[in-house]
Amino acid sequence: MIELRGVHKAFGANRVLQGVDLVIPRGQSMVIIGGSGTGKSVLLKCVLGLVRPDAGSITLDGQDVTRHDSGAERDAFLARFGMLFQGGALFDSMRVWENVAFRLMRGALKRPKAEAREIALEKLRRVGLGPQVADLYPAELSGGMQKRVGLARAIAANPEIIFFDEPTTGLDPIMSGVINDLIREIVVEMGATAMTITHDMSSVRAIADRVAMLHGGLIRWTGPVSEMDATPDLYVQQFIHGRAEGPIPSVR
Amino acid sequence: MTGALPAALAALGRPVLAALAAVGRVVLFAIAAVGHMLRPPFYAREFGHAVMQIGWNSLPVVGMTAIFTGGALALQIYAGGSRFNAEAVVPQIVAIGMARELGPVLGGLMVAARVASSIAAEIGTMKVTEQIDALVTLSTNPMKYLTAPRLLAATLTVPVLVGVGDAIGIMGGWMVGITRLDFNSATYLKNTMDFLQFWDVGSGLVKGAVFGFLVALMGCYHGMNSARGAQGVGAATKAAVVSASVLILASNYILTEVFFSA
Ligand SMILES: Nc1ncnc2c1ncn2[C@@H]1O[C@H](COP(=O)(O)OP(=O)(O)O)[C@@H](O)[C@H]1O
Ligand SMILES: [Mg+2]
Repeated sequence: MIELRGVHKAFGANRVLQGVDLVIPRGQSMVIIGGSGTGKSVLLKCVLGLVRPDAGSITLDGQDVTRHDSGAERDAFLARFGMLFQGGALFDSMRVWENVAFRLMRGALKRPKAEAREIALEKLRRVGLGPQVADLYPAELSGGMQKRVGLARAIAANPEIIFFDEPTTGLDPIMSGVINDLIREIVVEMGATAMTITHDMSSVRAIADRVAMLHGGLIRWTGPVSEMDATPDLYVQQFIHGRAEGPIPSVR
Repeated sequence: MTGALPAALAALGRPVLAALAAVGRVVLFAIAAVGHMLRPPFYAREFGHAVMQIGWNSLPVVGMTAIFTGGALALQIYAGGSRFNAEAVVPQIVAIGMARELGPVLGGLMVAARVASSIAAEIGTMKVTEQIDALVTLSTNPMKYLTAPRLLAATLTVPVLVGVGDAIGIMGGWMVGITRLDFNSATYLKNTMDFLQFWDVGSGLVKGAVFGFLVALMGCYHGMNSARGAQGVGAATKAAVVSASVLILASNYILTEVFFSA
């Protein structure tokens, strides 16, 4: 279980998170929605320790994640995670399969190269990429393909907790469907805890157990996906129906 | 009136404090980087790659710099020396000038231009495209994976580059000496060899190691601290080259004081 309490983060005068409270139960798929620039990516990075919150606490199974006494402790913490970055964040000096197998070729999970490649090919197949892309460099792929390689890398070591930052943005509807099914499958079959950021309402319905809406630095609303449509919250209503009129200003 | 002086002092103090803080950050970064360089895990493949990038690929530019500098040096020393009948010292002065000063300093500056810039641009781009964050989430410490191999490679290979540069520079002087200045080839080489002492060359190699460390340090530091966007990477690259060059010249003076002032 991941628990955020009163998380604040500002970049200079830009107060992005202003007291976020959120609980993500183990084995559930939480989807975060919210306008662009509201701090959804920053929120994920705070949990991973890539961004240090100014105030508040973040715990994983009761353990504070912002304080690790040793490098080994932090390694053990990170080994449980997989993260798909919004921009893919592939290593452009490495081939596609080496990106996917990065974790399997060094450190605690190191295994023979042939085996690592085998696993990489299998993960690529699961995100809808054939073996012909394995030996290309990321720069040779389209944006949507890069996204899927990033997804394959995130799930390569079968993490228990997976963060997806806009996994279907830039994909065609069919590929979006494939990725939605994959995320659902990872949660259901592997029992992983997932936290997904998306703007795509069909994605939300396909993968969420619970939904949380971030707005104005706070969680405006959170609840089971089944209750999302019925909530009277005007912010959620405006967002899920994509209306220009409503409490969320269209110029921000 | 009462407020003017404090305000002026504050205006003076702020940039000084900012500069001191920046120096402090660089020193802390350097200490951390050396710590990671000495403790496992070590990334052999990254190290090998860095040796090729920093050392091997810099050979042409360092060699070109050295050969032309050695040649020009021979002409100048001949012209200057002839004013008091000392033309004959060309081989000795070229050798000592190359080995002690010009080999390491010019070699270091060329490496700064080539390597500090490319390290800063590469790491800066990785930073702004979240590749550094991705490394962390893949349980890999960027200081160990990116910084340590480059620092070690630069510290070990720049002295080699300097040694090669010394030899090529002396050869440049010799070529000019025998073709343009009527020196006898064998005498020129004999004079060079007899005159050069171990420490003339050795001090230059030590300088090379220091310069190599500084170049990689500046490249990594500015890359890791790159601001966002293409502009951020551009600024980081520029800062890396400028700071590496100035640090090379300043530390060269200090090292020369330490090594040669009696
Ligand atoms: N490293 C950073 N430095 C400064 N500002 C940042 C940084 N990361 C994010 N921000 C700012 O925080 C705000 C939220 O960004 P982000 O979390 O990426 O939004 P989104 O909800 O679209 O994912 C934006 O205004 C962005 O400019
Ligand atoms: Mg985002």
